[in-house]
Order: sequence, then structure tokens, then C-alpha cells
Amino acid sequence: MSKTLIRGARLLGGDVRDVLVDGAQIAAVGTGLPAEGAEVVEAEGRILLPGLVDLHTHLREPGREDSETVLTGTRAAASGGYTAVFAMANTFPVADTAGVVEQVYRLGKESGYCDVQPIGAVTVGLEGRQLAELGAMHDSAAGVTVFSDDGKCVDDAVIMRRALEYVKAFGGVIAQHAQEPRLTEGAQMNEGVVSAELGLGGWPAVAEESIIARDVLLAEHVGSRVHICHLSTAGSVEIVRWAKSRGIDVTAEVTPHHLLLTDELVRSYNPVYKVNPPLRTERDVRALREALADGTIDIVATDHAPHPHEDKDCEWAAAAMGMVGLETALSVVQQTMVDTGLLDWAGVADRMSFAPARIGGARGHGRPVSAGEPANLTLVDPAYRGAVDPAGFASRSRNTPYEGRELPGRVTHTFLRGRATLMDGKLA
Amino acid sequence: MMRHLISAADLTRDEAIRILDTAEEMARVADRPIKKLPALRGRTICNLFFEDSTRTRISFEAAEKRLSADVINFAAKGSSVSKGESLKDTAQTLEAMGVDAVVIRHGASGAPYRLATSGWIDAPVVNAGDGTHQHPTQALLDAFTMRRRLVGPDAGIGRDLAGRRITVVGDILHSRVARSNVDLLHTLGAEVTLVAPPTLVPVGVGAWPCEVAYDLDAVLPKSDAVMMLRVQRERMNAAFFPTEREYSRRYGLDADRMARMPDHAIVMHPGPMVRGMEITAEVADSDRCTVVEQVAAGVSVRMAVLYLLLGGNESDTAHPRTEEK
Repeated sequence: MSKTLIRGARLLGGDVRDVLVDGAQIAAVGTGLPAEGAEVVEAEGRILLPGLVDLHTHLREPGREDSETVLTGTRAAASGGYTAVFAMANTFPVADTAGVVEQVYRLGKESGYCDVQPIGAVTVGLEGRQLAELGAMHDSAAGVTVFSDDGKCVDDAVIMRRALEYVKAFGGVIAQHAQEPRLTEGAQMNEGVVSAELGLGGWPAVAEESIIARDVLLAEHVGSRVHICHLSTAGSVEIVRWAKSRGIDVTAEVTPHHLLLTDELVRSYNPVYKVNPPLRTERDVRALREALADGTIDIVATDHAPHPHEDKDCEWAAAAMGMVGLETALSVVQQTMVDTGLLDWAGVADRMSFAPARIGGARGHGRPVSAGEPANLTLVDPAYRGAVDPAGFASRSRNTPYEGRELPGRVTHTFLRGRATLMDGKLA
Repeated sequence: MMRHLISAADLTRDEAIRILDTAEEMARVADRPIKKLPALRGRTICNLFFEDSTRTRISFEAAEKRLSADVINFAAKGSSVSKGESLKDTAQTLEAMGVDAVVIRHGASGAPYRLATSGWIDAPVVNAGDGTHQHPTQALLDAFTMRRRLVGPDAGIGRDLAGRRITVVGDILHSRVARSNVDLLHTLGAEVTLVAPPTLVPVGVGAWPCEVAYDLDAVLPKSDAVMMLRVQRERMNAAFFPTEREYSRRYGLDADRMARMPDHAIVMHPGPMVRGMEITAEVADSDRCTVVEQVAAGVSVRMAVLYLLLGGNESDTAHPRTEEK
């Protein structure tokens, strides 16, 4: 296989180093490495990160190929600097059997842009009543370790308890979409000043917080670990902080959009801002940023949720919930966390690669940038400034809340096991 | 004059007074043997109703006909989704037919705003009620009625409602009438108090320019107008209140309660009334109740709004559509 020399990048934002990639591995990290026989990527001023890992992606295949496929979704992932994504289970059919997860896994292998690790449903059909065959999904070729009914909450306390216990047998983890269903019937946006004025059904913070509180206590009781998807409120942060201080094995994620956007944007009634959980308030945004900085929130996960144009080009109540995020995630994290001084690039590497790979058990990903490691790498130009243009997205969908917004930073190269999936900003 | 009428909050004090004053002129038309003005002759207005509302629809239709506009009634029952056709496609269909204005009633909050601002159509949009958001012409007709009754003489022409104390009672949470009235009455200088069980007051109400109270009896003696909102019986199934009887006892307006109001104070209701629930028959049929006047005011106010939006104001060069035509 070919050699690539990435010359003069700042490793995780620190020291300037050359990185020699030989075949699928990092052959050497040093200074003044010889360029003979290698393609050279001049990386002065750029940041070299371990390939990003997204624990929360909706690839939509099978079933909603009009919004995304495994191929287009992994191309979007490579564009955004990702080398591994975890594909959520709410497809049609639901990924609640070994057959479906193996299909998604195989499609990921065939795409070649990014490793795809399927997430299995916790319950049959995401209906919250009967456990899916979690063991069969784990034992399948897809080797599922993360289970989630994301899109729906496992709201039955007994089902949640059993799921948390059951996956201990094979080191699995339940990723909970925390949303108490009764408290969110008819909910359209965060419940507060803006919902009161707009006359849109309120989505109270307590609907999220009460489930998180219950689940960390359940995890403690049965000695399991639990992962909280897309945490969105200041109160949720307090509960997770408390749980961690108590030694409960809980991890949590935040999406880029919850780090940047607030419910004030809903005043436009533009469904591009409609998302689950909903955009919250400035106070929540501040708390989420601080929690990501201090490690209370472990990772950034995109909750990349593609939808076709017609599902957003309508009145608010009729619109689908969700935003695409793979191709803008790192820029939003740079703006909200790095450029604000809350997190350095080593911290970004942790929150967007090391930690998500560890939580999800993504082998070969989230590894240090050193000799002998798999060459899963992302090169970022942090000085870049540009307005987001959805027309340039690799994703099949364009439902971004950032259209026209200037964001910092750009992923220039992505390497998946030594092969460039993104080269000078262009997909290979 | 503004381009669309989407929210009562968008109206300045001067714009609101201008609409009310214009409505007074329109009201005089109703007293003539021939109740018709030629102002909108040759203009086509579509009443696009995604939600059943016979009263509001006929009120707009009467207003449009009195202004000599051509009227198309489009009853798109159910949501755009259940019907299969999107709001966008429906709007563009109307645009292609050369509609000059769209009056829209929709069950989804924000639908008129989307219609007006998404580039789907060019025609002025009048919100005839959207979800639990706004119903600006209702607020205008209420203000019109209050001004006549509480401000006078000369129906308060040119004047606002400064210092008038208005109490709105009932299901505030689900009420577009309440939201529109709070906005407009505040703009017109009135002091608004909302009274409801706490379950029917939205979280976030603290940001509204009004007071909130839970004790109706304490508020009544300080009210110049008491507006009773309809309370749907189904609400008790979602535990907003225990029973109809309990709601009625605590928040309904009966003759005893009405007696606590100052002598000049009026009782208002946007209709349809649920007699025996929020209002007793005795109150509804009393001289102090303005329900019928409000209906008449509705036609005048809607005439004024359509007249002003559709170039009944040819001298105003700030209105580009007027120039084009």
C-alpha cells in the first residue's frame, strides 16, 4: 500500500510533528521524517486529530433512502472528519434483529468511507414492551455493543432495568433517549417563554431530567453502565454530575446544535430548527458547554438526522424533527468550545474520538496518534472561515440549521486506515 | 400599513388605532340600506380554512363582500399532511389563480407566518387564527368593542385604551384569543390581568405584559371589562381541572360574580359560549354582555384590515403591491 507523509501538523493542537502513514498504520511520528516514496500532505498550521467517532448517527438505511443511505451518510461522515459512526436503530425495518444489524454493517463495509457500527434496538420495534434479541445482535457479525431505542424513550422502568442488567453479560451499554412520553405529548419546542408566546406545545426540561434521574439510579442499583443520548438541559447536567460524583457508571453526550443554538430561533417558525430534544435556552447552552469542558458530559455526538426537503418545507407542527450534523460538527465545536477557550484541541480529540470510541467499543478508533496505531486521522484547518453552504454537502439531505452561517474551521483530510477518504476537502 | 397581518404583537399603537378608526367608518356602511363599498372591486380574496370555523369564515366573507371583493372559500379540512397536499402547494395553487390576498385559518401555530415569509406566495396574508398562537382580528374587534363601550364619546375615535383594566378569564394556555388580546391591549395602553387555574396558564407567562391571578373574585371589582374564554370540556380529561362543576364554581361568571364588577364594566366573550360552564345564561343574556356587538364589530374590523392591506390606501407608496397594480 501507499505511503503518506503528513508534514508539519500540530498533533492534537500541540507540538508540530510529521506523521508517516504506511499502509493502514502510522509508521512513524517525528520531525524531519523522509518523504521518499510518500505522497506529502503539507499541513503547516493545521491540527491533526485522531479520526472522529460519532456515537449517534442516523443513516436511514434501510427504509428511508430518500433522506440518506449508508453510502451517502458515510460520505458525509468522511467530509466531516469522521472515521467511525454508530448507526441508530430507528430504521424501517427497525434494527432489532441480527439480520438488520448485519445488513447495515455490511453496507458500511461496502461504502469504504467510514466504519459503520450498527446500534441495536433495545425493544422490539422500538415499542418499549419486549426486549429485542440483544444477545443475538451482539453475537452477529455486526458485534453490537450499544443498544438504543433512540427517537423513543425506554420509558417503562422495568424494561429499562432489565435491559441495563441483561447487557452486562456481554459488556453492552444502553443509550437512553431521555424523554418522558406523557410529559411531552404534543410537544413541539422547549417549554418556556418562547413556547408561551408562539403557542407551540411545550417540551419541559423535566421530561428529560426525570428519566435521567431514574436511569442513573437504576444503573446504580443493578451495577450497570448507562449512556445518556443528547443531553440538553442545565438540570440534566446537574443530575449527571451528581451521579458521577456518586460513582455511578454513566456517560453522556451533547450535540453540536445544543452547544450553539437556542429556542429563540424558533420564533421564525422555520422547521429547520425543529429537533428532538428541542433547542433550549441560553442558560442551558452555557451549562452544556461548561459540562463538556469539565468532563461531566463525556462526548459530542451529532444526532445527524437527515430529512427530505418536503418534510421541512411546511408548517412547524407538520415538520419532522432533526438536523443533519456530520459535516458541521467539528466547526461548531471549534466555535463553541475551542475559540471560547473552554477546551483545547486535545480536549476535542478526547470528546470527539477517544471517549466515544471507548464508550461504544469501536476497535481501532479513538487511538493515540503514534507509531503502530491504525492510521485513522483527521486534519483540520482551524483558520478557515466560511459560510455553510448545504449545496456542498455530501449528505443526501440539506436540513441544516447553519445555512449561511459563518463557522470556523474546515476538515481538509480524513484518513481511514491509511487511505484518504477526504483529500483537500474533496471526497476520494 | 404593514404588508400582512400575522400577529397582534406586530401592530404599533398608531397602526392599531388607524385600523380601529377605519373600522368605525366601515361600521357606518352597515347602517346604510345598501351595505356595500366598491373599494375592492376586481380583487380576489381567498378564505383558506384548514380548520372548521363557520363564525370567523362568514365574518370575513361578509367583510369581503361589503368591500365588493370576489370571494373564494377554500375549506381544506384537516391538516395539510392528512390531506396529502402541502400548505406550500395549496398556497402556490392559489397564487397561480391570481388571488390578491389570503385569509388563513390553520390548526398549526405559525402556519400563516410560514405562508407569509417562506417565499411561497406574494399576496398579503391575514391570520384568521393559527393553532394556539394568534387571532389578531379577534383582538382588534375586542378592542373596537371596548373602545366604543369604555372610551367614547364618538366611539373613542383616535384614542387608545390607556388605563382601562381588562380581565381575561379561562383557558389561557390553549387560547390564541388571549395571546392576541394581551399583545394588542398592552399596545393600546390597557392593563391586562389573566385569571385561570394555574394548569391553564402557560409556563413562561411571566414574560407577557400582563398580570396573572388565580382568584377571580378579587379581580372583578377592579375590572372595566371581563372577557370570558371558552373552556372545552375535554380539558378535564387531561387533568387541567377536576370537573366542569368545579371549574364553573371557581372560574365561571354568574350573576353574583357579575354584581361584584363596577357598574360600567362589560362582559365579553369571543364565542362560541359554553353556557353553564364559563358563563351562565343570565350573564350571557344580560345588557352588560357584548357578545352580539363583538360579532358586528368583527365584520367592521375585518373590512378595515382588508381595505388597508389591499391598497385602500393608494397614496401610501411604501406599499409596493399597490404600485404594481
